[in-house]
Amino acid sequence: MSNVFTLMLLRETRLMFRRPAELVNPLVFFAIVIALFPLAVGPESQLLQTLSPGLLWVAALLAVLLSLDGLFRSDFEDGSLEQWVVSPHPLVVLVLAKVLAHWLYCGLALVMLSPVLALMLGMPIDRIPTLLLSLLLGTPVLSLLGAVGAALTVGLKRGGILLALLILPLYIPVLILGSGVIQAALQGLPTSGYLLWMASLTMLTVTLAPFAVAAGLRISVGE
Amino acid sequence: MTDAYLETVNLACERDWRLLFEHLHVSVKPKDMLQVSGPNGSGKTSLLRLMAGLMRPTTGEVLINGVSIHQQRHELTANLLWLGHAAGIKGLLTAEENLMWLAALHHGATREQIGQALAAVGLAGFEDVACHTLSAGQQRRVALARLYLDAPALWILDEPFTALDKQAVTQLELHLAQHCNKGGMVILTTHHPLQNVPSTFRELDLGQAAV
Repeated sequence: MSNVFTLMLLRETRLMFRRPAELVNPLVFFAIVIALFPLAVGPESQLLQTLSPGLLWVAALLAVLLSLDGLFRSDFEDGSLEQWVVSPHPLVVLVLAKVLAHWLYCGLALVMLSPVLALMLGMPIDRIPTLLLSLLLGTPVLSLLGAVGAALTVGLKRGGILLALLILPLYIPVLILGSGVIQAALQGLPTSGYLLWMASLTMLTVTLAPFAVAAGLRISVGE
Repeated sequence: MTDAYLETVNLACERDWRLLFEHLHVSVKPKDMLQVSGPNGSGKTSLLRLMAGLMRPTTGEVLINGVSIHQQRHELTANLLWLGHAAGIKGLLTAEENLMWLAALHHGATREQIGQALAAVGLAGFEDVACHTLSAGQQRRVALARLYLDAPALWILDEPFTALDKQAVTQLELHLAQHCNKGGMVILTTHHPLQNVPSTFRELDLGQAAV
Protein backbone atom coordinates (compact mmCIF):
# COMPACT_ATOMS: atom_id res chain seq x y z
CA MET A 1 0.00 0.00 0.00
CA SER A 2 2.83 2.41 0.86
CA ASN A 3 4.39 1.34 -2.42
CA VAL A 4 1.39 2.63 -4.37
CA PHE A 5 1.53 5.84 -2.35
CA THR A 6 5.14 6.56 -3.33
CA LEU A 7 4.52 5.50 -6.93
CA MET A 8 1.61 7.91 -7.15
CA LEU A 9 3.83 10.71 -5.83
CA LEU A 10 6.48 9.78 -8.39
CA ARG A 11 3.93 9.73 -11.20
CA GLU A 12 2.51 13.12 -10.22
CA THR A 13 6.02 14.57 -9.96
CA ARG A 14 6.86 13.35 -13.46
CA LEU A 15 3.62 14.72 -14.88
CA MET A 16 4.12 18.05 -13.13
CA PHE A 17 7.67 18.56 -14.35
CA ARG A 18 6.76 17.63 -17.91
CA ARG A 19 4.18 20.42 -17.86
CA PRO A 20 6.15 23.19 -16.14
CA ALA A 21 3.62 25.88 -17.09
CA GLU A 22 1.08 24.41 -14.68
CA LEU A 23 3.70 24.37 -11.97
CA VAL A 24 4.50 28.05 -12.43
CA ASN A 25 0.95 29.37 -13.01
CA PRO A 26 -0.24 29.66 -9.37
CA LEU A 27 3.11 31.12 -8.30
CA VAL A 28 3.03 33.82 -10.96
CA PHE A 29 -0.60 34.58 -10.11
CA PHE A 30 0.29 34.89 -6.41
CA ALA A 31 3.24 37.21 -7.12
CA ILE A 32 1.33 39.41 -9.57
CA VAL A 33 -1.71 39.87 -7.33
CA ILE A 34 0.51 40.95 -4.45
CA ALA A 35 2.57 43.20 -6.70
CA LEU A 36 -0.59 44.95 -7.94
CA PHE A 37 -1.69 46.10 -4.49
CA PRO A 38 1.03 48.70 -3.84
CA LEU A 39 0.24 50.08 -7.28
CA ALA A 40 -3.47 50.34 -6.55
CA VAL A 41 -3.41 51.33 -2.87
CA GLY A 42 -0.35 53.58 -3.07
CA PRO A 43 3.11 53.13 -1.59
CA GLU A 44 2.14 54.01 1.99
CA SER A 45 4.12 51.46 3.91
CA GLN A 46 2.05 51.64 7.11
CA LEU A 47 -1.21 50.90 5.28
CA LEU A 48 0.34 48.07 3.25
CA GLN A 49 1.78 46.51 6.38
CA THR A 50 -1.64 46.55 8.05
CA LEU A 51 -3.23 44.99 5.00
CA SER A 52 -0.46 42.46 4.37
CA PRO A 53 -1.83 39.46 6.37
CA GLY A 54 -5.16 39.57 4.59
CA LEU A 55 -3.62 40.27 1.18
CA LEU A 56 -1.17 37.39 1.42
CA TRP A 57 -3.83 34.97 2.56
CA VAL A 58 -6.46 35.93 0.01
CA ALA A 59 -3.91 35.84 -2.82
CA ALA A 60 -2.61 32.42 -1.71
CA LEU A 61 -6.16 31.12 -1.42
CA LEU A 62 -7.08 32.28 -4.92
CA ALA A 63 -3.86 30.89 -6.35
CA VAL A 64 -4.69 27.46 -4.90
CA LEU A 65 -8.26 27.71 -6.17
CA LEU A 66 -6.94 28.50 -9.65
CA SER A 67 -4.93 25.29 -9.73
CA LEU A 68 -7.71 23.09 -8.35
CA ASP A 69 -9.95 22.94 -11.39
CA GLY A 70 -7.41 20.82 -13.24
CA LEU A 71 -6.59 18.58 -10.27
CA PHE A 72 -8.56 15.53 -11.45
CA ARG A 73 -9.63 16.80 -14.89
CA SER A 74 -7.04 15.04 -17.05
CA ASP A 75 -7.23 11.84 -14.98
CA PHE A 76 -10.98 11.85 -15.51
CA GLU A 77 -10.73 12.38 -19.25
CA ASP A 78 -8.09 9.77 -20.01
CA GLY A 79 -9.70 7.05 -17.88
CA SER A 80 -7.09 7.02 -15.10
CA LEU A 81 -9.75 7.64 -12.46
CA GLU A 82 -11.63 4.50 -13.54
CA GLN A 83 -8.44 2.52 -13.12
CA TRP A 84 -7.98 3.87 -9.58
CA VAL A 85 -11.56 2.99 -8.67
CA VAL A 86 -11.26 -0.61 -9.91
CA SER A 87 -7.85 -1.05 -8.29
CA PRO A 88 -7.71 -3.33 -5.23
CA HIS A 89 -5.76 -0.60 -3.42
CA PRO A 90 -7.88 1.75 -1.29
CA LEU A 91 -8.90 4.83 -3.25
CA VAL A 92 -8.31 6.93 -0.12
CA VAL A 93 -4.58 6.16 -0.20
CA LEU A 94 -4.31 7.07 -3.87
CA VAL A 95 -6.25 10.27 -3.28
CA LEU A 96 -4.09 11.25 -0.33
CA ALA A 97 -0.94 10.82 -2.43
CA LYS A 98 -2.45 12.82 -5.27
CA VAL A 99 -3.44 15.69 -2.96
CA LEU A 100 -0.07 15.57 -1.19
CA ALA A 101 1.60 16.02 -4.58
CA HIS A 102 -0.69 18.96 -5.30
CA TRP A 103 0.20 20.53 -1.99
CA LEU A 104 3.95 20.01 -2.52
CA TYR A 105 3.97 21.65 -5.95
CA CYS A 106 1.37 24.32 -5.30
CA GLY A 107 0.85 24.96 -1.58
CA LEU A 108 4.43 24.49 -0.42
CA ALA A 109 5.75 26.46 -3.37
CA LEU A 110 3.48 29.36 -2.39
CA VAL A 111 4.74 29.15 1.18
CA MET A 112 8.34 29.38 -0.05
CA LEU A 113 7.55 32.39 -2.22
CA SER A 114 5.59 34.24 0.48
CA PRO A 115 8.51 35.77 2.50
CA VAL A 116 9.70 37.74 -0.54
CA LEU A 117 6.23 39.13 -1.14
CA ALA A 118 5.71 39.83 2.57
CA LEU A 119 8.88 41.91 2.65
CA MET A 120 7.63 43.75 -0.41
CA LEU A 121 4.52 44.72 1.57
CA GLY A 122 6.72 45.98 4.39
CA MET A 123 6.21 43.18 6.90
CA PRO A 124 8.96 43.24 9.57
CA ILE A 125 11.46 40.45 9.09
CA ASP A 126 10.95 39.01 12.58
CA ARG A 127 7.26 38.30 11.75
CA ILE A 128 8.16 36.15 8.74
CA PRO A 129 8.39 32.87 10.72
CA THR A 130 4.79 33.33 11.93
CA LEU A 131 3.69 33.99 8.37
CA LEU A 132 5.45 30.83 7.19
CA LEU A 133 3.95 28.76 9.98
CA SER A 134 0.44 30.07 9.32
CA LEU A 135 0.67 29.28 5.60
CA LEU A 136 2.36 25.95 6.25
CA LEU A 137 -0.56 24.86 8.43
CA GLY A 138 -3.21 26.47 6.25
CA THR A 139 -2.29 25.46 2.70
CA PRO A 140 -2.84 21.70 3.26
CA VAL A 141 -6.39 22.58 4.32
CA LEU A 142 -6.81 24.60 1.11
CA SER A 143 -5.57 21.68 -1.01
CA LEU A 144 -7.64 19.02 0.75
CA LEU A 145 -10.93 20.92 0.94
CA GLY A 146 -10.41 22.05 -2.63
CA ALA A 147 -9.87 18.45 -3.70
CA VAL A 148 -13.32 17.57 -2.33
CA GLY A 149 -14.86 20.20 -4.58
CA ALA A 150 -12.69 19.20 -7.53
CA ALA A 151 -13.73 15.55 -7.11
CA LEU A 152 -17.42 16.46 -7.13
CA THR A 153 -17.22 18.80 -10.13
CA VAL A 154 -14.77 16.85 -12.30
CA GLY A 155 -17.53 15.33 -14.42
CA LEU A 156 -19.05 18.70 -15.29
CA LYS A 157 -18.06 20.52 -18.46
CA ARG A 158 -17.76 23.93 -16.80
CA GLY A 159 -17.06 23.04 -13.21
CA GLY A 160 -14.79 26.03 -12.49
CA ILE A 161 -17.38 28.50 -11.19
CA LEU A 162 -19.31 25.84 -9.31
CA LEU A 163 -16.07 24.71 -7.70
CA ALA A 164 -15.40 28.25 -6.44
CA LEU A 165 -18.97 28.56 -5.10
CA LEU A 166 -18.68 25.22 -3.32
CA ILE A 167 -15.26 25.70 -1.86
CA LEU A 168 -14.85 29.38 -0.98
CA PRO A 169 -17.35 29.27 1.93
CA LEU A 170 -15.46 26.30 3.35
CA TYR A 171 -12.23 28.30 3.20
CA ILE A 172 -13.57 30.99 5.55
CA PRO A 173 -12.44 29.46 8.90
CA VAL A 174 -8.91 28.83 7.72
CA LEU A 175 -8.75 32.31 6.18
CA ILE A 176 -9.86 33.97 9.43
CA LEU A 177 -7.44 31.97 11.55
CA GLY A 178 -4.56 32.24 9.06
CA SER A 179 -4.66 36.00 8.68
CA GLY A 180 -5.55 36.36 12.36
CA VAL A 181 -2.27 34.76 13.40
CA ILE A 182 -0.23 37.20 11.37
CA GLN A 183 -2.28 40.18 12.51
CA ALA A 184 -1.75 39.16 16.13
CA ALA A 185 1.97 38.77 15.48
CA LEU A 186 2.14 42.23 13.89
CA GLN A 187 0.52 43.74 16.99
CA GLY A 188 2.87 41.84 19.28
CA LEU A 189 0.12 39.62 20.71
CA PRO A 190 0.58 35.90 21.51
CA THR A 191 -0.12 33.62 18.53
CA SER A 192 0.03 30.12 19.96
CA GLY A 193 -3.76 29.90 20.45
CA TYR A 194 -4.41 30.66 16.79
CA LEU A 195 -1.71 28.29 15.67
CA LEU A 196 -3.09 25.43 17.78
CA TRP A 197 -6.53 26.02 16.32
CA MET A 198 -5.04 25.94 12.82
CA ALA A 199 -3.11 22.78 13.58
CA SER A 200 -6.27 21.04 14.77
CA LEU A 201 -8.09 22.20 11.65
CA THR A 202 -5.27 20.77 9.54
CA MET A 203 -5.36 17.44 11.36
CA LEU A 204 -9.11 17.27 10.98
CA THR A 205 -8.98 17.82 7.21
CA VAL A 206 -6.03 15.46 6.69
CA THR A 207 -7.93 12.66 8.40
CA LEU A 208 -11.42 13.27 7.02
CA ALA A 209 -11.15 15.01 3.64
CA PRO A 210 -9.50 12.08 1.76
CA PHE A 211 -12.59 9.96 2.44
CA ALA A 212 -14.83 12.72 1.10
CA VAL A 213 -12.60 13.09 -1.98
CA ALA A 214 -12.70 9.33 -2.62
CA ALA A 215 -16.49 9.29 -2.29
CA GLY A 216 -16.76 12.29 -4.61
CA LEU A 217 -14.60 10.60 -7.23
CA ARG A 218 -16.69 7.43 -7.07
CA ILE A 219 -19.81 9.51 -7.70
CA SER A 220 -18.20 11.39 -10.59
CA VAL A 221 -16.90 8.19 -12.21
CA GLY A 222 -20.26 6.45 -11.70
CA GLU A 223 -22.24 9.12 -13.54
CA MET B 1 -10.81 -17.05 -8.27
CA THR B 2 -10.56 -20.26 -10.29
CA ASP B 3 -14.09 -21.39 -9.50
CA ALA B 4 -15.62 -17.96 -9.07
CA TYR B 5 -18.39 -16.80 -11.31
CA LEU B 6 -19.98 -13.50 -12.06
CA GLU B 7 -23.69 -13.10 -12.62
CA THR B 8 -26.24 -10.37 -12.93
CA VAL B 9 -29.68 -10.75 -11.42
CA ASN B 10 -32.66 -8.86 -12.76
CA LEU B 11 -30.38 -6.03 -13.79
CA ALA B 12 -31.88 -2.83 -15.14
CA CYS B 13 -30.17 0.35 -16.20
CA GLU B 14 -31.67 3.74 -16.79
CA ARG B 15 -29.80 6.74 -18.16
CA ASP B 16 -31.31 10.20 -18.44
CA TRP B 17 -34.84 8.83 -17.94
CA ARG B 18 -34.36 6.29 -20.73
CA LEU B 19 -34.50 2.60 -19.93
CA LEU B 20 -31.57 0.85 -21.59
CA PHE B 21 -32.35 -2.69 -20.48
CA GLU B 22 -34.17 -4.52 -17.70
CA HIS B 23 -34.64 -8.04 -16.33
CA LEU B 24 -31.15 -8.93 -17.48
CA HIS B 25 -29.82 -12.26 -16.21
CA VAL B 26 -26.34 -13.18 -17.40
CA SER B 27 -23.79 -15.47 -15.83
CA VAL B 28 -20.12 -15.78 -16.70
CA LYS B 29 -18.11 -18.76 -15.48
CA PRO B 30 -14.41 -19.52 -15.80
CA LYS B 31 -13.43 -20.25 -19.44
CA ASP B 32 -16.40 -18.21 -20.67
CA MET B 33 -16.20 -15.48 -23.24
CA LEU B 34 -19.15 -13.14 -23.54
CA GLN B 35 -19.56 -10.62 -26.31
CA VAL B 36 -22.07 -7.88 -25.56
CA SER B 37 -23.44 -6.56 -28.83
CA GLY B 38 -26.20 -4.26 -29.94
CA PRO B 39 -26.71 -0.98 -31.76
CA ASN B 40 -25.16 2.29 -30.55
CA GLY B 41 -26.79 3.54 -27.39
CA SER B 42 -28.22 0.15 -26.42
CA GLY B 43 -26.29 0.15 -23.14
CA LYS B 44 -23.26 -2.02 -23.89
CA THR B 45 -20.79 0.23 -22.12
CA SER B 46 -23.23 0.78 -19.25
CA LEU B 47 -23.58 -2.98 -18.74
CA LEU B 48 -19.81 -3.38 -18.68
CA ARG B 49 -19.44 -0.52 -16.21
CA LEU B 50 -22.09 -2.07 -13.98
CA MET B 51 -20.23 -5.38 -14.03
CA ALA B 52 -16.95 -3.64 -13.19
CA GLY B 53 -18.61 -1.95 -10.22
CA LEU B 54 -18.05 1.54 -11.63
CA MET B 55 -21.78 2.30 -11.69
CA ARG B 56 -24.72 1.35 -9.53
CA PRO B 57 -27.61 -0.39 -11.30
CA THR B 58 -31.09 1.15 -11.24
CA THR B 59 -32.45 -2.16 -9.97
CA GLY B 60 -30.98 -5.63 -9.65
CA GLU B 61 -27.52 -6.70 -8.62
CA VAL B 62 -24.20 -7.92 -9.91
CA LEU B 63 -23.02 -10.91 -7.90
CA ILE B 64 -19.77 -12.78 -7.49
CA ASN B 65 -20.29 -16.28 -6.12
CA GLY B 66 -23.78 -15.23 -5.12
CA VAL B 67 -22.75 -12.18 -3.10
CA SER B 68 -23.24 -8.59 -4.28
CA ILE B 69 -20.05 -6.93 -5.52
CA HIS B 70 -20.79 -3.87 -3.42
CA GLN B 71 -20.53 -5.98 -0.28
CA GLN B 72 -17.23 -7.52 -1.34
CA ARG B 73 -15.50 -4.97 -3.50
CA HIS B 74 -12.12 -6.56 -2.93
CA GLU B 75 -13.27 -9.89 -4.34
CA LEU B 76 -14.06 -8.10 -7.59
CA THR B 77 -11.23 -5.59 -7.81
CA ALA B 78 -8.51 -8.13 -6.95
CA ASN B 79 -9.52 -10.21 -9.96
CA LEU B 80 -10.59 -7.56 -12.44
CA LEU B 81 -8.83 -6.00 -15.36
CA TRP B 82 -10.95 -3.15 -16.72
CA LEU B 83 -10.17 -1.48 -20.01
CA GLY B 84 -12.58 1.32 -20.88
CA HIS B 85 -12.97 3.56 -23.92
CA ALA B 86 -10.31 5.75 -22.38
CA ALA B 87 -7.71 3.30 -21.19
CA GLY B 88 -5.93 5.39 -18.56
CA ILE B 89 -2.84 6.04 -20.65
CA LYS B 90 -1.15 9.36 -19.87
CA GLY B 91 0.23 11.11 -22.94
CA LEU B 92 3.04 12.76 -21.00
CA LEU B 93 4.38 9.48 -19.61
CA THR B 94 6.33 6.93 -21.61
CA ALA B 95 4.87 3.53 -22.50
CA GLU B 96 6.96 1.87 -19.79
CA GLU B 97 6.03 4.42 -17.09
CA ASN B 98 2.35 4.07 -17.96
CA LEU B 99 2.42 0.29 -17.73
CA MET B 100 4.54 0.32 -14.59
CA TRP B 101 1.94 2.52 -12.88
CA LEU B 102 -1.09 0.61 -14.15
CA ALA B 103 0.51 -2.68 -13.09
CA ALA B 104 1.34 -1.24 -9.66
CA LEU B 105 -2.37 -0.52 -9.18
CA HIS B 106 -2.81 -4.30 -9.26
CA HIS B 107 -0.04 -6.78 -8.58
CA GLY B 108 2.96 -4.88 -9.89
CA ALA B 109 5.38 -5.86 -12.63
CA THR B 110 9.12 -5.77 -13.23
CA ARG B 111 10.83 -3.89 -16.06
CA GLU B 112 11.56 -7.17 -17.87
CA GLN B 113 7.91 -8.21 -17.73
CA ILE B 114 6.87 -4.84 -19.10
CA GLY B 115 9.50 -5.06 -21.83
CA GLN B 116 8.18 -8.49 -22.81
CA ALA B 117 4.56 -7.30 -22.76
CA LEU B 118 5.42 -4.35 -25.02
CA ALA B 119 7.32 -6.69 -27.35
CA ALA B 120 4.26 -8.98 -27.43
CA VAL B 121 2.10 -6.14 -28.75
CA GLY B 122 4.73 -5.14 -31.29
CA LEU B 123 6.06 -2.09 -29.47
CA ALA B 124 9.59 -3.26 -28.69
CA GLY B 125 11.85 -0.20 -28.81
CA PHE B 126 9.03 2.18 -27.87
CA GLU B 127 9.52 1.81 -24.09
CA ASP B 128 10.92 5.30 -23.65
CA VAL B 129 8.67 7.15 -26.06
CA ALA B 130 6.11 9.55 -24.59
CA CYS B 131 2.67 8.17 -25.42
CA HIS B 132 1.30 11.40 -26.91
CA THR B 133 3.74 10.99 -29.80
CA LEU B 134 2.39 7.50 -30.59
CA SER B 135 -0.43 6.89 -33.06
CA ALA B 136 -3.95 6.00 -31.86
CA GLY B 137 -3.38 2.33 -32.69
CA GLN B 138 -0.05 2.29 -30.90
CA GLN B 139 -1.59 3.90 -27.81
CA ARG B 140 -4.28 1.22 -27.83
CA ARG B 141 -1.51 -1.39 -28.01
CA VAL B 142 0.17 0.12 -24.95
CA ALA B 143 -3.11 -0.28 -23.05
CA LEU B 144 -3.54 -3.83 -24.36
CA ALA B 145 -0.02 -4.76 -23.26
CA ARG B 146 -1.54 -5.07 -19.78
CA LEU B 147 -3.22 -8.27 -20.98
CA TYR B 148 0.25 -9.78 -21.44
CA LEU B 149 1.37 -9.01 -17.91
CA ASP B 150 0.52 -11.27 -14.98
CA ALA B 151 -3.14 -10.46 -15.46
CA PRO B 152 -6.17 -11.07 -13.22
CA ALA B 153 -8.78 -13.68 -14.17
CA LEU B 154 -11.70 -11.48 -15.22
CA TRP B 155 -11.20 -9.17 -18.18
CA ILE B 156 -13.84 -6.58 -18.98
CA LEU B 157 -12.89 -4.85 -22.20
CA ASP B 158 -14.84 -2.04 -23.83
CA GLU B 159 -14.13 -1.94 -27.58
CA PRO B 160 -10.62 -3.41 -27.33
CA PHE B 161 -10.23 -3.68 -31.12
CA THR B 162 -10.61 0.06 -31.84
CA ALA B 163 -7.80 1.47 -34.00
CA LEU B 164 -5.95 -1.86 -34.27
CA ASP B 165 -4.72 -3.16 -37.64
CA LYS B 166 -5.84 -6.54 -39.04
CA GLN B 167 -2.86 -8.50 -37.80
CA ALA B 168 -3.13 -7.06 -34.28
CA VAL B 169 -6.86 -7.87 -34.22
CA THR B 170 -6.19 -11.54 -35.02
CA GLN B 171 -3.42 -11.68 -32.45
CA LEU B 172 -5.66 -10.16 -29.76
CA GLU B 173 -8.51 -12.57 -30.62
CA LEU B 174 -6.14 -15.50 -30.19
CA HIS B 175 -4.84 -14.10 -26.94
CA LEU B 176 -8.36 -13.68 -25.56
CA ALA B 177 -9.27 -17.24 -26.57
CA GLN B 178 -6.11 -18.52 -24.92
CA HIS B 179 -6.95 -16.65 -21.71
CA CYS B 180 -10.38 -18.32 -21.66
CA ASN B 181 -8.87 -21.75 -22.28
CA LYS B 182 -6.59 -21.23 -19.28
CA GLY B 183 -9.65 -20.67 -17.09
CA GLY B 184 -10.04 -16.91 -17.38
CA MET B 185 -13.17 -14.95 -18.19
CA VAL B 186 -13.56 -12.32 -20.89
CA ILE B 187 -16.46 -9.92 -21.30
CA LEU B 188 -16.14 -7.52 -24.20
CA THR B 189 -18.02 -5.27 -26.55
CA THR B 190 -17.08 -4.91 -30.18
CA HIS B 191 -18.73 -4.24 -33.51
CA HIS B 192 -16.15 -6.28 -35.28
CA PRO B 193 -17.16 -9.93 -36.07
CA LEU B 194 -14.87 -12.22 -34.07
CA GLN B 195 -13.07 -14.91 -36.09
CA ASN B 196 -11.14 -16.83 -33.46
CA VAL B 197 -13.30 -17.62 -30.48
CA PRO B 198 -13.15 -20.35 -27.82
CA SER B 199 -15.87 -23.04 -27.74
CA THR B 200 -17.45 -21.32 -24.74
CA PHE B 201 -18.14 -18.13 -26.71
CA ARG B 202 -21.57 -16.55 -26.28
CA GLU B 203 -23.12 -13.39 -27.55
CA LEU B 204 -25.56 -11.16 -25.70
CA ASP B 205 -27.53 -8.91 -28.00
CA LEU B 206 -28.83 -5.95 -26.03
CA GLY B 207 -30.77 -4.78 -29.09
CA GLN B 208 -33.01 -7.85 -28.71
CA ALA B 209 -32.92 -8.02 -24.93
CA ALA B 210 -34.09 -4.42 -24.70
CA VAL B 211 -37.72 -3.56 -24.22
